[in-house]
Amino acid sequence: MKRNEYDVIIVGGGITGAGTARDCAMRGLRVLLIERHDIATGATGRNHGLLHSGARYAVTDQESASECIRENMILRQIASHCVDETDGFFITLPEDDLNYQAKFVESCLAAGINAEIVDPKEALRMEPSMNPDLIGAVKVPDGSVDPFRLCAANMLDAKLHGAQVLLYTEVTGFIKEGDRIQGIRTYNHQTHKSGEYYAPITVNAAGIWGQHIAELAGVKIGMFPAKGALLIFAHRVNGIVINRCRKPANADILVPGDTVCVIGTTSTKIPFEECDNVKVTPDEVNLLIEEGAKLAPALASTRILRAYAGVRPLVSADNDPSGRNISRGIVCLDHETRDGLKGFITITGGKLMTYRLMAEMATDLVCRKLAVDKACATAETPLPGSGGKSFREVAEKIWENPTTVQKAAVGRLGMAAERMQSSDSVSQSLVCECEEVSVGEINSAIERLDVNGLTDLRRRTRVGMGTCQGELCGCRAAGLLAKAHGCADRAREDLKDFMTERWKGMYPIGWGDALREAEYTQWVYKHVLGV
Amino acid sequence: MKLQEFTASAHNFEECMKCTICTAYCPVVPVNPRYPGPKQAGPDGERLRLKDPYFFNQALKYCLNCKRCEVVCPSGVKVADIIQSARIRYDHTPPRLRDRVLANTDFMGRLARPFAPIVNGVTSLGVTKTVLDVTFAIDRHRTFPKYSGRSFEGWLKRRAKEQAKFPKQVAYFHGCYANYNYPQLGKDFVKVMNALGIGVQLLEKEKCCGVALIANGMSQKAARNAGQNVQALQKAVDAGLTVLTTSSTCTMTLRDEYPELLKVDNASVRDSVILATRYIYQLIESGAAQLRFKENYRARIAYHMPCHLEKLGWGIFSYELLKMIPGVEFTLLDSNCCGISGTYGFKKENYEASQAIGKPLFDQIRSVNPDFVACDCETCKWQLEMSTGYTVKNPISILAEALED
Repeated sequence: MKRNEYDVIIVGGGITGAGTARDCAMRGLRVLLIERHDIATGATGRNHGLLHSGARYAVTDQESASECIRENMILRQIASHCVDETDGFFITLPEDDLNYQAKFVESCLAAGINAEIVDPKEALRMEPSMNPDLIGAVKVPDGSVDPFRLCAANMLDAKLHGAQVLLYTEVTGFIKEGDRIQGIRTYNHQTHKSGEYYAPITVNAAGIWGQHIAELAGVKIGMFPAKGALLIFAHRVNGIVINRCRKPANADILVPGDTVCVIGTTSTKIPFEECDNVKVTPDEVNLLIEEGAKLAPALASTRILRAYAGVRPLVSADNDPSGRNISRGIVCLDHETRDGLKGFITITGGKLMTYRLMAEMATDLVCRKLAVDKACATAETPLPGSGGKSFREVAEKIWENPTTVQKAAVGRLGMAAERMQSSDSVSQSLVCECEEVSVGEINSAIERLDVNGLTDLRRRTRVGMGTCQGELCGCRAAGLLAKAHGCADRAREDLKDFMTERWKGMYPIGWGDALREAEYTQWVYKHVLGV
Repeated sequence: MKLQEFTASAHNFEECMKCTICTAYCPVVPVNPRYPGPKQAGPDGERLRLKDPYFFNQALKYCLNCKRCEVVCPSGVKVADIIQSARIRYDHTPPRLRDRVLANTDFMGRLARPFAPIVNGVTSLGVTKTVLDVTFAIDRHRTFPKYSGRSFEGWLKRRAKEQAKFPKQVAYFHGCYANYNYPQLGKDFVKVMNALGIGVQLLEKEKCCGVALIANGMSQKAARNAGQNVQALQKAVDAGLTVLTTSSTCTMTLRDEYPELLKVDNASVRDSVILATRYIYQLIESGAAQLRFKENYRARIAYHMPCHLEKLGWGIFSYELLKMIPGVEFTLLDSNCCGISGTYGFKKENYEASQAIGKPLFDQIRSVNPDFVACDCETCKWQLEMSTGYTVKNPISILAEALED
């Protein structure tokens, strides 16, 4: 066997790539995953974190809806530590048509989604933050899912099954022999070295950037970049997901995720060139607050932490300018039959919720091509960290009397918290005070989860995601990274980038307490720490 | 673009800038490593508790509720209220018998009053203290407050007619301490008010303010007391009376803890509940009344401002009144918590921390070596008398003893 030779190369470290890497590795293939940045930097990390029940698509897209509810139930089983089983409401407000509700419930039931009409007063008792003017409420099995955690767990499991993962490595070209892709050329942004990797099959799982990857391979896919902006509020206003019971529109979903809640989204078509640098506009912020306050009036006066935007990796099909009516359906392209290019597959479309199904479809195709006869087992095999129904159950499985730090770690890592050092006072001391992330948890992430810098660390541990946005934890975490990597200069530069990135998300909502906090942070870093 | 005009959250927990000054000023943090500190226990912990009540931390019981965190907070976060509300909301462990006994100050007062000499004798015995320590976890070093054989209420009722003759009237919320333990404080208050030309009335029905019930996990009962007290206060206010108090903690509870912690609306009476020293100071300052003091009164007084009075922001009235007395040599003690915080310091598990918190204050009192200490809080009084040996007097009692006969 040649050096750098694999059975399959997967391009893209989002949830689709990570899921495909896991599935391929579990079926015994030698897998290489290539990602130009870090895990979950594209659409995977830039959405609501909604564990869709499928209800949102029930009226317009039965197929997507039934895929969603099936995957929803699977994720509760295999990724319990990434999922919060909050349930969801679809509420009808006075300006909405209550007749839509009957059609909605009927479509949900047809798709296999357990939708139940709840008396508005009873619904309000269950979720007091909802608009008290509501005239109708339907309960559905929505939930929230942490996409970073889910992606990291898939990546980790792929590695445990022998996959190799290369982050910060960009595909610069393909190695072709006739009509067959033989491998890829790469450039590593950290070592600044080029490389060549070989495999009979390459899977393009690069999301919206898949269009570019396909072009490098010499085939064409028309993607439909649709920007969606979201706002993060500083604490959970609601405990149950709140949706509007009407045709999907702007800012009509409020999801409680971890310690925060997220309102979104908007939908705007953007040119492909802007995908790498999407910005949230003042109009989008206005719209999100205004529409959000219709779902939960408290949002109008709740502190906002950040604004962010993602790009939906939809495959363009028609001339719909909003992108709302395009199917969220999965697109699995065999470029051999489509374009006559052998050894190249594109898996795209779909959504976070259906990543596992997308991975299964892509892996089935890979296996057919490699003549490997092994069934998919990802729907039944729990991801690392999964297990146990509640935080309490998991925490008390691991420790007799869990401390708050240990409880908080279980809230993020699930059973994997067991591996974290937490017995002595140093490893229990806090790095991130807002989210209660300890030295032990940081060190365990550095050891196990491919952490190159502070932003990577944030995606895996929530360091810097709390109210202070890195004010207190950024410098502490930088210290731990400097120790782990043995380089203080690198950590100092990294800290600067990290704080700049935090500020980027605060800028669109820079007023009131967020602005005070940012100003205070600046004092701390500039005048106290001299960074 | 339209900015949010204001943001708000329960007890302002989201307005926290994480500056951590509350933790720097918390008296518990340096002496008890098990306490996560006000920032962590308050605004930080709240976000996790909203995620799941499982993140409630039992160590929140180490909070003294001294409110010093709220006094120093530059962002108006009601840190102690967040912590106490979390205890009320999430801690469902039933209070142990000891805590019930300590918390029910008025019930215990009514029970002990008929047998006061016996009760006082028994509770001051070394053997009783040992038994209470071992079986009850009430620390053996503690001196129990003495009970009085006659209540203040009874005393004032017998003088109601004579009090009614004064042209100006006020109502008096005496609290459990003046009623059951030390009626002399109430009598001193009446003497001072009468000297100002003001008669004193009882409220129609006064219940314990409930502060000890809140601290010991009996907030439902506290809320019932609060409801009855607000009704009684309302009647006094409707009759045009101001309601004066001599206990700083009762005052803070009636004014601030009712709406913030117990969710009992007191908006219509809150502004009429005033600590007596503030009322008297303003009366004198405005020239509406005068107090005449003995010419030969001499005293070296060190004033300790109770934490809850610091929270109210009214300590200045107490000590400025004392400074008006000719012949007083006055020292304002540094701002420190004495460490007892009501029933907190009586508990065996808190005794050491309680004494460690109070140490800087005890040391300063000893070095100032006053004739006696002045303080508006009865539990500070118990702590300081036990820990320093100096007598502690309420400013009202000092005014009373300095008044010209």
